Amino acid sequence: MGVGIKVENLNAWFGKHQALYHISMDILPNHATAIIGPSGCGKSTFVRCLNRLHETNPEARAEGKVQVKDMDIYGDGVAPVDVRRRIGMVFQKPNPFPSMTIYGNVAAGLKLNGFHNRKKLDEIVEKSLRSSALWDEVKDDLKKKSGASLSGGQQQRLCIARALAVEPDVLLMDEPASALDPISTSKIEDLIFELKENYTVVIVTHNMQQAARVAEFTAFFLMGKLIEFDKTEKIFTTPADKRTEDYITGRFG
Amino acid sequence: MPEVKPRIQWSRWVADKLATIIAILCVALVILPLAAIFIYLVIRGIGSLNLAFFTQIPKPVGETGGGMANAIVGSGVILLVGSAIGVPLGVGSGIYLSEYSRGQFGKLVRFTADVLNGVPSIVIGIAVYALLVLGHHFSAFSGGVALGIMMIPTITRSTEEMLRLVPNSIREAALGLGIPQWRSTMSITLRTAMSGVVTGIMLAFARVSGETAPLLFTAFGNPFWSTRLDQPIAALPLQIFVYAISPFDEWHRLAWAGSLVLIVLIVATSASVRWVTSRGFVAGAQ
Repeated sequence: MGVGIKVENLNAWFGKHQALYHISMDILPNHATAIIGPSGCGKSTFVRCLNRLHETNPEARAEGKVQVKDMDIYGDGVAPVDVRRRIGMVFQKPNPFPSMTIYGNVAAGLKLNGFHNRKKLDEIVEKSLRSSALWDEVKDDLKKKSGASLSGGQQQRLCIARALAVEPDVLLMDEPASALDPISTSKIEDLIFELKENYTVVIVTHNMQQAARVAEFTAFFLMGKLIEFDKTEKIFTTPADKRTEDYITGRFG
Repeated sequence: MPEVKPRIQWSRWVADKLATIIAILCVALVILPLAAIFIYLVIRGIGSLNLAFFTQIPKPVGETGGGMANAIVGSGVILLVGSAIGVPLGVGSGIYLSEYSRGQFGKLVRFTADVLNGVPSIVIGIAVYALLVLGHHFSAFSGGVALGIMMIPTITRSTEEMLRLVPNSIREAALGLGIPQWRSTMSITLRTAMSGVVTGIMLAFARVSGETAPLLFTAFGNPFWSTRLDQPIAALPLQIFVYAISPFDEWHRLAWAGSLVLIVLIVATSASVRWVTSRGFVAGAQ
């Protein structure tokens, strides 16, 4: 089951440059929330703060409160590794591990965290690949083909399966379809619909139609600030802020 | 649409052919010395290669026959010691430089490795002599240490370069799964770069396999059987050196045969290590 995320006064920096300013928002469980905004507005930085991947950049740091169920992920004594196990991520460019087979890719998160029950692994790999709608295409090549030998769209669904295999509560997606063709894109979008039943999905997208199609809620970011956050329908029909309206009507960005 | 007639541009054709010919000539110039050395070694050495060469130890001056069995085994022992020191330290430093170092200390390590790489092998031999041999005696172990030290900088730098070629997105994918960094480095980043890392190790290995200078006053050489680490030990390059500068024709022939064996052993080792790692890559990938 997905869980909600409560973000309070989140700030993030790259060196001296502040990338996010005082972000506060409540992300509802088992819904998809889209993050939209022009390039460089901090969308990616925001989701990377939600699983503490932002700080892996040597220049970067973040401050604030991000409550995921019972855990404040920036709290004292919270290990980033534990945060990331509960908050999975899918990246813009498909990035399967090239040295591993399809099976190895999906099992990697569990195996490299010390989980070696073979039978259970087989089950989880199958379940994850079914959830990401890739099972039928790869079931005969699981241990024969490298993850990198798949097509771009398949690779991205493999990455989704890999993220699902560790059974996270939240799935972050950073422009998951922007490197894919329209058919693969629509497959990923269908998938997001199904994933919502079991996960909380946060998806960064450049494509406003995509946001409208998959997300119940949409947040508009501009220059590191959260301008407006509301039901998707409201954002796209009667936005409260002039800047949101300008952006979605294509006046800038 | 107007019809476009294909026209042959002669100047372009000539330039193309000329460039191709120059490229082929360059390749030939690179291959030629290697091929020449190898062919010459085969011509001079193959006649003295027989079972005795691989099973017997050198005969005293004046007696014909004998072999280099002790030197072949001795080289193996020294290289094993050298690799046991050079490979873990080299790969480890390479991992540090690529994955962990930030700022000045990393630069210092990199600079040190480059300087060490440029230190003449005879100087490394003298240093190891002063550290390990003086006050004790010549030993296989000290020879291995000298070769190990020579392997470290090459392996360090090549490992670093190979790890840097692994795209950052792969590291992020691993971190994003909640895999601890050390685990992700060992099982994902290093494994992704494995073939390149192994190539670097083999280059370092091949380079020190033929080293004579650092062994002169460490391993020292030994005309008798010995595999003990604390005793002087024979080595192929040393034996070749001794035989080549001797006044005896019989020894000259053995030197040629020894050189041929040395080259073949190096090539065979590289080839088999590559073969094994390329297979292990797929087998271990599950």
